[in-house]
Amino acid sequence: MTGDTKTDLFRLRRRPWTEKITDQSFRLLATVLASLVGLILAAILFTVLAGSRTAMASFGLGFLTTSNWNPVTNEYGAFTAIYGTLVTSLLSLLIAVPLGVGTAIFLTENFIPLKGRQIIGMMVELLAAIPSVVLGLWAIFVMEPFLRPILGSLHTTLGWLPFFSTEPQGPGIAPAILILVVMILPIITAIARDSLSQVPTELRQAAYGIGTSRWGAIFQVILPAAISGIAGGVMLSLGRAMGETMAVTMIIGNSNNFSLSLLAPGNTIASMLANQFGEADGSQVSSLMYAAFVLMLLTLVVNVLAQWIVRRLSLRYT
Amino acid sequence: MTTTPITSSGHRPGNTAKSSLHRQPNLPRNRWNAVFTILAGLFAAIVVLPLLLVLAYVVIKGGSSMSLKLLTDLPPAPGMTGGGIGNAIIGTLIVSLIAALIAIPIGVGGGIYLAEYSKSGPFASFVRFGTNVLSGVPSIICGVFVYGLIVATRIFFDQSYSAMAGGIALSVLMLPTIIKTTDEGLKLVPQELRWGAIGVGASKFVTITRITLPTAMKPIATGIVLSIARAAGETAPLIFTALFSPFWPEGLFSPIASMSVLIYNFAIMPYDVQIALAWASSFVLVMMILIMNIFARYLGSLNRI
Repeated sequence: MTGDTKTDLFRLRRRPWTEKITDQSFRLLATVLASLVGLILAAILFTVLAGSRTAMASFGLGFLTTSNWNPVTNEYGAFTAIYGTLVTSLLSLLIAVPLGVGTAIFLTENFIPLKGRQIIGMMVELLAAIPSVVLGLWAIFVMEPFLRPILGSLHTTLGWLPFFSTEPQGPGIAPAILILVVMILPIITAIARDSLSQVPTELRQAAYGIGTSRWGAIFQVILPAAISGIAGGVMLSLGRAMGETMAVTMIIGNSNNFSLSLLAPGNTIASMLANQFGEADGSQVSSLMYAAFVLMLLTLVVNVLAQWIVRRLSLRYT
Repeated sequence: MTTTPITSSGHRPGNTAKSSLHRQPNLPRNRWNAVFTILAGLFAAIVVLPLLLVLAYVVIKGGSSMSLKLLTDLPPAPGMTGGGIGNAIIGTLIVSLIAALIAIPIGVGGGIYLAEYSKSGPFASFVRFGTNVLSGVPSIICGVFVYGLIVATRIFFDQSYSAMAGGIALSVLMLPTIIKTTDEGLKLVPQELRWGAIGVGASKFVTITRITLPTAMKPIATGIVLSIARAAGETAPLIFTALFSPFWPEGLFSPIASMSVLIYNFAIMPYDVQIALAWASSFVLVMMILIMNIFARYLGSLNRI
């Protein structure tokens, strides 16, 4: 008997069928759950496309270049909103990139003790956690009233430029750009900080060794080495800025009258959707879906480009 | 040869000004260095400033009106005074809970697939790509999607706007974060643990559910808490899915109030009472989100795997 138990101990165990079934069904479940991501993406695309079919048929590509938005006569053109989306996101990026990358450099170099840098880094992350709608509320009641005299003096001194040609009267594109800066700064800073801290120490040491100054090393060695991550982060935040809705809706003024002036109220695709979708019906819903499709396409291109940049530009250190 | 000896501190006695081993602050490169350093510090200060200002205003304007009555009452009708945000607080909790209950199983399952079953290969890279794309989809598009899919089709008991629709819209937003953190958390689990489990005869299912998932629990929980915190503050997917309601929640399939939509709706009303409620709601929402973030941070700081 004792011999039998000994061989039993070392005999290969035959897997019971319940175990096999559990294993296989769990694998199947995980696969199905993973493929839901693709399914949801396809469903989003399909829903938006299907919803915008009538608008696409009746307005065609002219939808993108005309700017009358008239629910009474059922004529729709999204040029003002598309222009607003591009102008607010690109200009906010222009302001946020130097600020964010500068902050990231400040947080990865040892200008101040590590403890201080950790606190600043944590605060930047917390800024990203503040809900967009709270920033919008703050923008309406605090930032915009504070900003109005400054924008007003911009109008009086530079009013001959078409970009400052209107009197600031509260909500407008310029305050929307500034609140977008606040919203994308944490993203740019966080990604630039990650990329900078991944640059190997040896590169920096070598740069110092051949006699460069600290900022010489930063500009000529560390930043170029981290450029792929930073560029990817910039593209990601461009996508975020394009799709950002609440804060922009609350402060941009929601006007469909096209104006070159940054001080005038305007519109973005996202703000138009937030503002009108709830009360729209018929061909207006379809037109809004069309605009949503355009926004989706824009952010999709930007995001895919961001992933491509990161993969293409990244230098590998081993 | 009359070279002066260099002392151990790199200092030529009597000849300090000309010494190349001494830092000369007036050199152009050193001046530029100082300029850039000050600029970088200034930028960091500018980035932190909005957080401090927003927090200060939310605490001053919203925190000052905190009272039990405000937390438990219904919002007042326009033009009336008093009232509170009780229904919005409960609504935010309900909608976030629905979103979490949908997104956590799907996200953790998808993450398990990526990390445990298919590390590479065309389908896994498609899922990873899809996750990245989905995380880039603007939140308002999620709202439009759920509106088209659920609200307009009246798929749930012929109800249009509903708490359920809002929760589904938020779950779409949470999904990519949960998949990514699960995937990355599981990848941190040492391969030896899996080999050990398989080696003592555990099946793949038991290995994952008893060994790898519990080991990676902390990073996964951190990601889940962060994604819930983000979803709780989202407004855009809710404004035309969950809509708003001035009453207490009436079930999962009718419109429901939420703090974020309350802020949006009340901020643009011309009544001081409503605006004060918007600030109070911001205070509660921000505190809730900050506490969840700090909790997530604490989870992440517990002994790592």
